[in-house]
Amino acid sequence: MKRVFIFSTMFLVLFASLIWADVVYPRKETLYAGGGLWSPPSNWNPITPWNAVTGTVGLIYETLFGYNPLTDELIPWLAESGRWTSKNTFEIKLRRGATWHDGTPFTAKDVKFTYELAKQIPEIYYSPIWTWLARIDTPDDYTVIFTFSSPRYHEWTYNIYQTAILPQHIWSKKTKDEILSGANEKAIGTGPYLFETYSDDRMVYLRNENWWGNKVFGQPKPKRIVYLRVLSNNVALGMIMKGELDISNFFLPGVPTLKKTYSDIHTWFEKEPYMLSDNVAYLFINTTKKPLNDPNLRRAIAFAIDPSVIARTVFEGQVLPSNPVGFLPIKGWMKYYPENAAKQFGFKYDPKTARELLDKAGYRDINKDGFREAPDGSKFKIEIIVPFGWTDWMESIKIIASQLRQVGINAEAKFPDYSKYWEDLTTGKFDMAINNFNSQITVSPWTMYNWVFNSQISSEMYNGNFGRYNNQRLFDLITQLNMTPMDDVAGCKRIIEQIAEIHLKEMPAIPLWYNGMWFQASTQVWKNWPSEKSPYAYPVTWGGRWQTGGVLMLIGLKQ
Amino acid sequence: MKKYLRTKILVYVLTFIFAVTIDWLIPRLMPGNPILVLVSRFSGLPESARVMYSYLTKAFGLDQPLWKQYFNFWIAFLKGDLGISIYLYPKPVLDVLKSALPYSLGILLPSILASWFAGNSIGALAARRRRLDSILLPIMYFINGAPYLWLGIILAYYFGVVLRWFPIAGAYSFGLRPHLSWLFVGNFLKHWILPFLSLFIVQLGGWAIGMRNMVIYELESNYSRFLETLGVKNSLIRKYAFRNAILPQITGLALQLGTVIAGQVTTEVVFSYPGIGYILTQAILNQDYFLIQGCFIFIIIGVLIANFTVDLVYVALDPRIRYSYGGEIS
Repeated sequence: MKRVFIFSTMFLVLFASLIWADVVYPRKETLYAGGGLWSPPSNWNPITPWNAVTGTVGLIYETLFGYNPLTDELIPWLAESGRWTSKNTFEIKLRRGATWHDGTPFTAKDVKFTYELAKQIPEIYYSPIWTWLARIDTPDDYTVIFTFSSPRYHEWTYNIYQTAILPQHIWSKKTKDEILSGANEKAIGTGPYLFETYSDDRMVYLRNENWWGNKVFGQPKPKRIVYLRVLSNNVALGMIMKGELDISNFFLPGVPTLKKTYSDIHTWFEKEPYMLSDNVAYLFINTTKKPLNDPNLRRAIAFAIDPSVIARTVFEGQVLPSNPVGFLPIKGWMKYYPENAAKQFGFKYDPKTARELLDKAGYRDINKDGFREAPDGSKFKIEIIVPFGWTDWMESIKIIASQLRQVGINAEAKFPDYSKYWEDLTTGKFDMAINNFNSQITVSPWTMYNWVFNSQISSEMYNGNFGRYNNQRLFDLITQLNMTPMDDVAGCKRIIEQIAEIHLKEMPAIPLWYNGMWFQASTQVWKNWPSEKSPYAYPVTWGGRWQTGGVLMLIGLKQ
Repeated sequence: MKKYLRTKILVYVLTFIFAVTIDWLIPRLMPGNPILVLVSRFSGLPESARVMYSYLTKAFGLDQPLWKQYFNFWIAFLKGDLGISIYLYPKPVLDVLKSALPYSLGILLPSILASWFAGNSIGALAARRRRLDSILLPIMYFINGAPYLWLGIILAYYFGVVLRWFPIAGAYSFGLRPHLSWLFVGNFLKHWILPFLSLFIVQLGGWAIGMRNMVIYELESNYSRFLETLGVKNSLIRKYAFRNAILPQITGLALQLGTVIAGQVTTEVVFSYPGIGYILTQAILNQDYFLIQGCFIFIIIGVLIANFTVDLVYVALDPRIRYSYGGEIS
């Protein structure tokens, strides 16, 4: 009897320790991250990437290429190499030895399947590619040849590091509904991490020990990534100070002040601006409304706003004012920078010029109420909107409104709820609004132009060109840019000069400042975070962006 | 008694149908378009956004006329289907509620019940002892008047960041996986205590003040005076006063219990605690018709059940109601 008791106790202890090992994550092997998860995890479907949990693409699923915005290099990822073999064929050689998480080898069939799926199911977001892609050939298991009917070089280069490759052996068995609206829990990809578990306030990834990239890039250091849903800034800040959050991609007010007392908080730059620039905050102007349909007024507005005040006061020096053409200060964009247009037609903060422009265009204060009237003598008032609760933007537009009032333009800041803001923007009911939803760092400034001057003007602008600026010549130039090979820098630049000239003369959207790549890390557990001095990776963990640096950062971490 | 129940149940069923109809209608009267909001989160090419917009509008059945959507809603509801969340696409609303509600109820029910009992006891005690009253009353007024957000942040900062006794985020340690062990239960309780305490404290004041005032009021009413002149023992007078004073407190409790879900947003944000409150605000901001509906159906059911329970409790507590429906008083 006694023996039975001893045995069962031993068994229980053993059993308990077995469970133990799996349910308590050792601190030294775990990376806690935040800033890219705002709602309870509910979706791991790369076909609906806007709603997928951050890491779905990048950690679980992978793309053919990665992109490093710091060096402006495409990183061969699932592809070993890729090149244009003629004007309209792009040949990709795939890596050998890559496997899906279930052990099935990754081959050219998967790549072909992923793209052709969007031909069968036109509801898939990347299906418009088939209007300019003709066919895909796979001469052998590790070669894919894309033949284009009308090659769009910039869009394609963007596409090959955005589109997640799907496993044919799993996805070909799914129904259309499962593909389009399945949650795809327990996703099977080729990536460095596996889906482990989740609950309402976290997502847990477990390292894939058999990742093909271990031999190519090296192994990511954290065994587990626990991605937290943190609901407020002060909690995130508190957690970083306590060393409970290793990396945060939140915008946290107060970081510059805190850095002085807590040396544990790591940022990219030691001094201002602390953060890298990630995307451009644009002030969209509704060009269909009177008197904002007048380019003279829009240009005067551009001269009247001083983004450096916003950068200094609202963002405490964590952002930089934009250049007049809205080009992010990265290699990949600056190589096409339209110096001539910027010099000739560019604007800078200069209230004197703003007043002169307004006077010349006929905007005068006739009734002496302190505000200028339109040239036809009618009074006007401009409302600037941003979503309620986006405190940094709310403060920014208050400053903009007061700066406009200083040159005699009656302007007011308004804060509708997000859905109302978005409806006003998409249906064209606003006067002026700040937005940055698609101006982030990419491989080509074409993506920004394609968004700011989205040519598909309709009753509802789903994304971009909210001011409904309609100029066919401009749209043609942007298309032309897309169809000019990316390595033809001089050719691209020539077109961009023309685009920028129209942009600056017409001013339907004013680039104001660069929102930062918010990045604060704690050095208590993980060290060797990327920084100005060791710029080995772009420190991003936001959804859909891991392949532009996040994964490389995981590999470069040290303890 | 049967007549009482019949009338009550009929009223509750009608109220339910009416309330759910309003619940269905109001989100749809908001300005804005939920699918547009959903698509806005997609930072891809504008061409792709258009493709998704038309697919999703159809998938959610929002291209149909309103009356048809209304019938579809009831048909699905009777089948136990609350639809799919737009904000947490493609998670079914019922699953969203299932995973988030336990956290909310786990904080709210104990805090409301505990503060109710504690508050009423303190209030009744204060009404009896002058000297105690003069100390307790200002404290209770202070607690009751303190802004909840402020109190929550102070608690989180002092006990979480300064003393480091309690964690400041999550329902259990982010380094743990839920499992049955003392370690996990202890960890869960450690995360639970601050949000619980913050809600307990803010509600305590209101109950205590209410109870104190009610008891004093009853003690000075005519029947108490009458009993006093008859020379009845003080304890008996207090017993009657207490029984009368508790009635409005019970009604208040029922109302609180019913609306528990909605009142928790701040707790969740301050302590980064999971639950339905934050999800509901996000659902409203994202105009997620189905999730808003689902949350409010639960609130409606909660309010109705709580009120029904109170109706039954009243019958037991208040003989006047019992007699009026029993026909003993005409």
